[in-house]
Amino acid sequence: MMKFIHRFASPREFFRISGRLLPWLASLTLLLMLIGLYLGLLVAPPDYQQGESYRIMFIHVPSAWMSLFVYTVMAGAAAIGMIWRIKLAHVVAMNSAPIGASFTFLALVTGSLWGKPMWGAWWVWDARLTSELILLFLYLGVMALYAAFEDRRTAQRAAGLLAIVGVVNVPIIHYSVMWWNTLHQGPTVSKLDAPSIHLSMLVPLLVMTVAFTLFYVVVLLMRTRWEIIDQERRSNWVEEFLEQT
Amino acid sequence: MSPTQKQRLLVVVIVMVGIGITATLTLLAFQENLLYFVSPTQIKSGELPQQRQFRVGGLVVEGTIQRDGVKVQFDLTDTANSITVVYNGILPDLFREGQGIVANGKLDDSGIFMASEVLAKHDENYMPPEVSEALAKAKDLPEKFKGHPR
Repeated sequence: MMKFIHRFASPREFFRISGRLLPWLASLTLLLMLIGLYLGLLVAPPDYQQGESYRIMFIHVPSAWMSLFVYTVMAGAAAIGMIWRIKLAHVVAMNSAPIGASFTFLALVTGSLWGKPMWGAWWVWDARLTSELILLFLYLGVMALYAAFEDRRTAQRAAGLLAIVGVVNVPIIHYSVMWWNTLHQGPTVSKLDAPSIHLSMLVPLLVMTVAFTLFYVVVLLMRTRWEIIDQERRSNWVEEFLEQT
Repeated sequence: MSPTQKQRLLVVVIVMVGIGITATLTLLAFQENLLYFVSPTQIKSGELPQQRQFRVGGLVVEGTIQRDGVKVQFDLTDTANSITVVYNGILPDLFREGQGIVANGKLDDSGIFMASEVLAKHDENYMPPEVSEALAKAKDLPEKFKGHPR
């Protein structure tokens, strides 16, 4: 197992294996996203309280989950890169930041569009919304710090440290709706007892979540591949690869 | 793991524990300010100053909504205590009896809450209207699962 990880973590092997996986993963992402949207927008029944408006949930909730998940992956990869000095881990961490920032932005925008008709306000400064906004700033901070250094390794370490420090915000966002009174409602799916969502609505939500996760993997692989090509442009195998294409 | 790797791991762990403790203490210190709204019970116990703007949250008591043009008056309860709210303006679509809402405003001298903004809070339950009706018919179910079919 460790042998496999080390092999996969070598830039050349990573490039080869990811190149084979990508077309499959991308097709699966597209397929699941279409199924999820079809089930969510056309098959699922309207909500007893919110009517049709609740359907924005099928974009909003997976985006918000991904914003937390990607941050955790980014901080974890940065820590691994820092402790074991694995090049690829740093590359994964730094390339996760813009993707996570996009998910966070999407969650905030769709939440705002949902908030106006339901709550009566585009934005409120409650604990959940504020901590999610801080998450966006953390992502932007990591990206800015990474871009601020000439030397790639210094940049990776500085931005990685900010990513690790900021991970404290992730549980705060998740538990904000339980620790404090917020306008945002409490958790639906992750409650310990049965999730309080009808199965016909839960299925499209979970399909969309899997699709969003795969989308993250696909974009991450694509970005990482380009960075590997850039970093290793003077090595023989990259020259061979570029000649072939 | 080599000794240097162990050392680096230790540094990362110490940094994270330190940040965690700092964040916990900060949040505990600002606990009160992080509440988006207070409950009618907190108002009744006189915790809040008059003539200051704050938000109160609770459920709209059934049968207390009185409308007069766009002026609306209703009672807000946290099931232990309730407070009367007066509001002049357009209410969100979800405003109805039994609904959780958050009102922003001031207490007047007679203890009535004069709201300048009313926001609706929706719950974390999602189900089709038919299921909600069926649940509402089953009277032995707890109140919070009873819906308000459109």
